[in-house]
Amino acid sequence: MFSRKLFGAFAGVALAALSASGAMAQAKDKIKVGFIYVGPVGDHGWSYQHDQGRQAIVKALGDKVETTFVESVPEADSERAIEQLARTGHDLIFTTSFGFMEPTLKVARKYPNIKFEHATGFKRAPNVSTYAAKFHEGRYIIGQIAGKMTKSGVIGYVGAFPIPEVIAGINAFYLGAQSVNPDVKIKVVWANTWYDPAKEGDAAKALLDQGVDMLAQHTDSPAPIQAAEARGKFGFGQASDMERFAPKAQLTAIIDDWSDYYIARAKAVLDGTWKSEDTWGGLAEHMVVMSPYKNMPDDVKKMAEETEAAIRSGALNPFKCPIYGQDGKEIECKGNGALSDEQVLGMNFYVKGIEDKIPQ
Amino acid sequence: MRFELTPRTTVSPVARALAPVAAFIVSFLIAGFVIWLMGRSPIAAFDVYVLQPLSDPWSLQELLVKATPLALIAIGLSYCFRASLWNIGAEGQYVMGAILGSWLALKTHGTEAGFWVLPLMLVLGIVGGALYGLVPAFLKTRFGVNEILTSLMLVYVAQLTLDYLVRGPWRDPKGFNFPQSVTFDPSATLPPILESGRVHYGVFFAVIAVLVTAVILGRTLFGYRLKLTGDAPRAARFAGFNSRATTMAVFAISGGLAGLAGISEVSGQIGQLQPSISPGYGFTAITVAFLGRLNPLGILVAALVVALTFIGGESAQILLRLPLDLTQAFQGILLLCVLAADALVSYRIRLVTRGGGK
Amino acid sequence: MTTFEAILLTIVTASTPLLIAALGELVTERSGVLNLGVEGMMAMGAACSFAAAVTFDSTLIGVMAGMMAGALMAALFALVVLGFAANQVGSGLALTIFGLGLSGLIGAPFVGARRDPVPPVDIPGLSDIPFIGRLFFEQDLFVYSSVALTILIALYLTRTRSGLTLRSIGENHTSANALGLPVLRVRFVAILFGGACAGLAGAYLALVYTRFWSPGMTAGRGWIALALVVFAAWRPGWLLIGAYIFGAATVLQLHAQAAQFGVPSQVLSAVPYLATILALLLLSLRHGRAVGAPGSLGAPFVPDR
Repeated sequence: MFSRKLFGAFAGVALAALSASGAMAQAKDKIKVGFIYVGPVGDHGWSYQHDQGRQAIVKALGDKVETTFVESVPEADSERAIEQLARTGHDLIFTTSFGFMEPTLKVARKYPNIKFEHATGFKRAPNVSTYAAKFHEGRYIIGQIAGKMTKSGVIGYVGAFPIPEVIAGINAFYLGAQSVNPDVKIKVVWANTWYDPAKEGDAAKALLDQGVDMLAQHTDSPAPIQAAEARGKFGFGQASDMERFAPKAQLTAIIDDWSDYYIARAKAVLDGTWKSEDTWGGLAEHMVVMSPYKNMPDDVKKMAEETEAAIRSGALNPFKCPIYGQDGKEIECKGNGALSDEQVLGMNFYVKGIEDKIPQ
Repeated sequence: MRFELTPRTTVSPVARALAPVAAFIVSFLIAGFVIWLMGRSPIAAFDVYVLQPLSDPWSLQELLVKATPLALIAIGLSYCFRASLWNIGAEGQYVMGAILGSWLALKTHGTEAGFWVLPLMLVLGIVGGALYGLVPAFLKTRFGVNEILTSLMLVYVAQLTLDYLVRGPWRDPKGFNFPQSVTFDPSATLPPILESGRVHYGVFFAVIAVLVTAVILGRTLFGYRLKLTGDAPRAARFAGFNSRATTMAVFAISGGLAGLAGISEVSGQIGQLQPSISPGYGFTAITVAFLGRLNPLGILVAALVVALTFIGGESAQILLRLPLDLTQAFQGILLLCVLAADALVSYRIRLVTRGGGK
Repeated sequence: MTTFEAILLTIVTASTPLLIAALGELVTERSGVLNLGVEGMMAMGAACSFAAAVTFDSTLIGVMAGMMAGALMAALFALVVLGFAANQVGSGLALTIFGLGLSGLIGAPFVGARRDPVPPVDIPGLSDIPFIGRLFFEQDLFVYSSVALTILIALYLTRTRSGLTLRSIGENHTSANALGLPVLRVRFVAILFGGACAGLAGAYLALVYTRFWSPGMTAGRGWIALALVVFAAWRPGWLLIGAYIFGAATVLQLHAQAAQFGVPSQVLSAVPYLATILALLLLSLRHGRAVGAPGSLGAPFVPDR
């Protein structure tokens, strides 16, 4: 069900170690599930959506599970918080930020009988799985919508940090826009924060002042889309459905939906079938969900729905080859008719047509 | 109605020692009341926050891990604060120390470089922090620019520098473009004291810093000069003490110790550079310095107490679902109470009730 | 509206919370008290104003609550530093830590709630003046109030007897006390005023700027306000200019990015902080040492010492 990516070396180590440990799992009647969040649960973005996933486990499994969370855990000092969960009888621990990777592995080595799940990382162990979502699938769709709907021909993008996930998002977004509007231009502003509502709002306003009329964001607060609403322009929600904050401006939102995955993993521990694996789910796996398409003409809505269906069925890959770099040279196609997973996960180039430079 | 303060002519050492204890009790009562208002049991909270961490070897070890950088930085800050110089940029000096020290670790990565790497890294850490600390000191002595603000502004600059380095030139080429450096070689890693533990040798640096400081403050001319510069700058000048040199010296000391804390954490705890290498140690250490009343041994105790609130706070989140904000609010109240209690010991306070007058 | 006008408008709104908070701190410092708790009072102002505005569905009540919260926090600070003559730097810091924590507790139930925008107030006639009309006369009430407040405080400090009293207490509390001036009472009021302003700035952030509440949303703006007071050499007029320069630096670095110059974004993000240091440096080069700092700033006042 979940698509799997294999990172040569790491996976090799993981598999070798897996066979050694023998996965001596057994079914349990009741488990404790712990969560480590990097931000406050009230951030309305990343951590908030993980907490929605936690609540979904409780709803689905009832009194078979008990859940706890620790919020606002600084990445530089997370090992202790993770170990606290390990020591207090938790059977399954989700660490939900990239920066928790090394601490998670360290604690996992000490507690081989506890299962760990690390979000967005690339190192695994016999008792550490990794998982992430193909947000770029959603970004391709919103790119198409923005490309179709823009009147000024310039679309804006508020990015958090120039890491591969965000770069891949920008590329997917731009490729989507280009597919329906070859001359479309994009302006990117880096807020250098995942979460500072006022700063994100300022970044959005700067883009709007520069004449963009479609605004995508890869930062977590509703401030950018709210700025679009205030100016009568359009935007896209990020991480959670932000319609409440921008009822007229939100065309759709890319929702991180961890519920199905979290329930499945908790069940696997209950049944004794949990295995260390790597999961990279997208629209098809319901890990990325588009909120209802609104505030747009019917033909645009129809196009968006068709694209969504095509991606879900596998007929369309946002990074289908040929892909050209900024210099116009074709990027080597290492996947099957599209860029390989590794190429997408480590993306550090802009595609042809984006005039900005990636900050180094 | 108003307060009237008069300095006490003699302050009993017993009262001075008991003041922080009283402050603790008062802040625990306030926190207990808030927890009761939130519909939880204050007694259970006290158990989870204080008693459990103190009765469990694992927590005690974690206490040392957390207290080490806090004590190191706070000891350095106490030099500045004693001279009434308000360096609140220790966080930036911590980061700069970590950056300069890590530079060597990254340079020697994958080479045959031997045992000298780690000591040199630590020295570079001290140098990096001290140089960065000297910037506000220089601006103050040379141009009279307020050190509170320059030192604070430089924190943001240091953090952005680190951010730039780990996302750009120092990024691990094999790390799928994620923002982090390579993992340090064993020759660049500060080893743990016990094989399986998390307490690294940085804890000794903190203890040494405390002892050396106690000697310097109590028994040297420099210590006396510090106190005089802070309390009576004019008298210090008359006595022939150079306040500029003192300013530079204390900033270099506090920056150096913050830098040492930075490189120790990176090489002993984290093992690589990443965009965030401090959960705000440099700022928390200011609290620690004041809680410890700028006294070296007091700071050691205060660092452990503050570490306890963090560890207890995490347990309270896990076991009692008490929010993290409560821990922070408690730290604020505790500091206010200690400062107030201190003042109460030094001054006699009378409540005067009378109309008008002035 | 031209791009240039739009950018200026954004700068004005970005600067307003800094200006309001800094004005309050300026008055406090002019009375000789250094309150480093601006960030904490601002956070409390933001949380309480938002909670009240949502509960009573009224921006006005929200603003009042924000100012009250800031003033209450300031009263706690005043109790410790005036009543007990405790160290002002430490106490201010404690206030910030306390305020950030407590605001988190108060705001938690209101995460996810939202407020409608506060409509700009159009001054008829004036707002039709080309170019400057939109900029100066079609802002929200907070912006007007912040400018009015700047003028009023400038007049108060230089033209009134009570302002003179406040300044002389800040310059030298020992001689002011000898002259029979009520040192502690004046300082108490000045601290409360500073708190109310910080609370108002927080309310502006929560109710106008972002229109939702989130933990830690002040994001260091209280510290910037403190820096601005020094930058302005404790003079309200300079404060206005300083706040707008800082606001401009933060907003323009985003524009520099959007204009695609290809400079690392971290460098651009560092510009406002480096600019502040440079400005402080230039200022003291022009005026000599420690320009305009009140003589008794930060020193606890105990009679007969």
